Amino acid sequence: MAGSFGVGPLPDSADVVVIGGGVVGSAIARELSRFELSVVLIERSPDVATGTSKANSGILHAGFDAEPGTWKARLNVRGAALYAELAEGLGIPRKATGALVVAKDAAQMETVADLRRRGIENGVPGLEIWNTDQVVAHEPNISPEVAGALWAPSGAIVCPFLATVGFAENAIRNGVRIITECVVTGLDVAGGRVVAVQTTRGRIATRFVVNAAGLHAGDVARMAGDGSFTIKPRRGEYILFDRSVGQLVNTVLFPTPDKVSKGILVSPTVHGNVFIGPDAVDIDDPDDKETTAGGLAGIIAGARRIVPALPLGTAITEFAGLRAAAGKDFVIGPSPVTRGLVHAAGIQSPGLTSAPAIGEVIVEILGEVGLKLRPKASFVPINPEKPRFHDLDRETQARLIASDPLFGRVICRCETITEAEIVAAIQSPCGARTVDGVKRRVRAGAGRCQGGFCGPRVTAILARELGIPVTAVRKDSAGSWLFLSRAQLEAGEGIHA
Amino acid sequence: MREFSYDVVTIGGGPAGMAAALAAREAGAERVLILERDRELGGILQQCIHNGFGLRRFEEELTGPGYAHRYIDMVKATDIDVWLDTTVLAAEPGGVITSVSPHAGLTVVKAKSVVYAMGCRERTRGAIRTPGSRPAGVFTAGAAQRMVNMEGYLPGKEVVIVGSGDIGLIMARRMTFEGAKVKAVFEIMPYSNGLTRNIVQCLEDFDIPLYLGHSVTAIHGKDRVTGITVSQVNDRLEVIDGTAFDVACDCVLLSVGLIPENELGRAAGVALDSITSGARVDQFRETSLPGFFAAGNVLHVHDLVDWVSEEAAIAGRSAARHARGELAASGQERSVMAGEGLRTVVPQRLSPFEPGRMSVRFYFRASKPMGASLLQFWADGVLAFERKLRVVKPSEMIVADIPVRKIGDAMTLEFRVVAAPEKIDAEDEIEEEA
Repeated sequence: MAGSFGVGPLPDSADVVVIGGGVVGSAIARELSRFELSVVLIERSPDVATGTSKANSGILHAGFDAEPGTWKARLNVRGAALYAELAEGLGIPRKATGALVVAKDAAQMETVADLRRRGIENGVPGLEIWNTDQVVAHEPNISPEVAGALWAPSGAIVCPFLATVGFAENAIRNGVRIITECVVTGLDVAGGRVVAVQTTRGRIATRFVVNAAGLHAGDVARMAGDGSFTIKPRRGEYILFDRSVGQLVNTVLFPTPDKVSKGILVSPTVHGNVFIGPDAVDIDDPDDKETTAGGLAGIIAGARRIVPALPLGTAITEFAGLRAAAGKDFVIGPSPVTRGLVHAAGIQSPGLTSAPAIGEVIVEILGEVGLKLRPKASFVPINPEKPRFHDLDRETQARLIASDPLFGRVICRCETITEAEIVAAIQSPCGARTVDGVKRRVRAGAGRCQGGFCGPRVTAILARELGIPVTAVRKDSAGSWLFLSRAQLEAGEGIHA
Repeated sequence: MREFSYDVVTIGGGPAGMAAALAAREAGAERVLILERDRELGGILQQCIHNGFGLRRFEEELTGPGYAHRYIDMVKATDIDVWLDTTVLAAEPGGVITSVSPHAGLTVVKAKSVVYAMGCRERTRGAIRTPGSRPAGVFTAGAAQRMVNMEGYLPGKEVVIVGSGDIGLIMARRMTFEGAKVKAVFEIMPYSNGLTRNIVQCLEDFDIPLYLGHSVTAIHGKDRVTGITVSQVNDRLEVIDGTAFDVACDCVLLSVGLIPENELGRAAGVALDSITSGARVDQFRETSLPGFFAAGNVLHVHDLVDWVSEEAAIAGRSAARHARGELAASGQERSVMAGEGLRTVVPQRLSPFEPGRMSVRFYFRASKPMGASLLQFWADGVLAFERKLRVVKPSEMIVADIPVRKIGDAMTLEFRVVAAPEKIDAEDEIEEEA
């Protein structure tokens, strides 16, 4: 069965249905695609990586935070190692920056020492305690008030969007069908076993369902009569700074954590920006991604405690992300109520780091509960390389333009993104369907003008490549149309018509 | 990789780039090239289909494309080379310009003089930290203007404008013409940032309310914008509790300031002015990098294109002289400062005067609105020149010619705007000094 991506027809049946196209669902689908199985992934948005996976810190945690023996501890360390192995082949930008947990006083130095002990127990390599001089030598912009820090050389950063797209694209290359804009409305259970998934696009018969529905995973479980856990959305706000101040910090800087969260970080991104955030606020609405004046002020104050001279004038965007918290640990394993249903839920931090390891574990569990796993001889583990024009030397750039003239047309001037890259982002197996989808894949519109110049052009390219009218181009979510025509306005139809 | 040589190259083919190229050619530069990233010359003027351009330069009221085409025709009548659909990746010391285009590939141009003329970009929602959700329907006014005027699509039908910059005001009228309802313009400052004529012609004529001293404290909506929350602010621009109210809308257009697009200059090491965000230049519009000049909105944001053309011509002429080796950088530089009442001044320094120079034209922005005022020129701490101004507004550039004889041998030039002792007649305002 050939893989696919988009709003195509739902097949009548599948061996496994994965619910949720975040980084976890995509990593699971990719892991399943190693086997002779028909796998369908269902995603409610027009694109993958639109929930928790699109707005997080992009950190590959070293693994010293988690309580030894938990899923978090086990999957974090394994996941970080898997990224080191997989990232290049899947086209996932990753930088081994290392991380510092900064302590302000003697009491915090004790916490930091505890973290080191815990990290060693979890199998984290290379942990060291640094004094103030060592910290300041490594991070010249850090507050000179620091008492010391924990140095974790295996901490790294990754692009969370391209991680998700990398897994999803590879899954599609290996036969997985990803159906977008498809909302799960029910799970059919017969004799205590799941037998089908009901969706807004029809019914799909299956004996195995993986619940990777992120913030909605509790609802999905309850559709199968399983009330064993509840997801509490937790919101975190972020501020992203221009690449011109990218040299502000070299590593991921954590404050010494408290019981609720890892605190406000100051961190580089793989694309050369710097961000600050997140805070952690429990909320009720799993779609509430509003930033607040108080929240933004709070993360600025928090970040200033680590890096006093924050270049606030170079902020280019603010956003909020949601974490799907279900308790202290991930909820991973077969449903205690309904056979055939396997949960990958409550995936809060370090979920991004753990994702590929979660993929391995879920497949193992599916095998244990009866899924036949016959390795697929034709499995291709990597994605073809997609040139990033901006990062190449002049000679390679010239060669690329000679091979495809669209590499010679720069559409996004802030990030130097060419039309060829945008077309490839739309036409590749897990191709962009929205303006933000293009931004997540190739960064057109992610720079300092935030799409002021390239937004209209990207809209036009999407319309052309997808064969749809400009009025059907959306920003991100299913109902986020960008423009209407004069005829629509005159007919009083508005933007949602 | 193909290589070319030119005397003067302008990066950007908008009004500044074209005016600079024409002036360079007229001043004797033989090989002149314009590099333009768009499919046609004209820059942002092409999307400015309203009128009001050219009153000063052509003594006629033209539309943006109309003004642009006057210059495009002038360029076409010369042997100036124009490369369209061409993006400059780097412009480095020594005049080495690397550009790409779909038709010519990667190209290196060696220029004796380079004029930066890349224009400016709009400040974004992120830069002003407006809280709330991030639905579709929030656009910078310029991006919306391009879609409406050049592509024929509308960003919404119930519109709110944030900020009272000129593009936002123009778009308020434009969206009204297109049949949309423009509910209000909200400006955080106690005064407008747009030209008075635009307040009158784009808002007052259409009964669109302008709320001064108001800040947008949240944007609402999940898929599309559904509304905003607005509050009054105090004189420290802090939200006043209890003043919040909601406005329903499906579209928010931002007009909250323009920033010179100086990334090429920054990468090449050009010294920038922290207030204008443009290059620091002398009276020749030469930047800190010898042979690199700056013109138009990349140098400082202008309110009238007529000033852009005029000022860019200075850069073009200087570039031609530099290409011939006549603009030797020698002698001591004098500093120019924006003092009391002023936010910016261009040029920021003076190189030794060339023979025959009678006066130097300075461009200022005031730091706050004032009534009848005096523009003062202080040479080495001594008041050397005064000019009456009937009214002063940050949105309207002050332009003044200072005679070289008044500058004399002064090394430190400072300008101030102070309240005038008495009311000034309209006639005094247009009095030309030279």
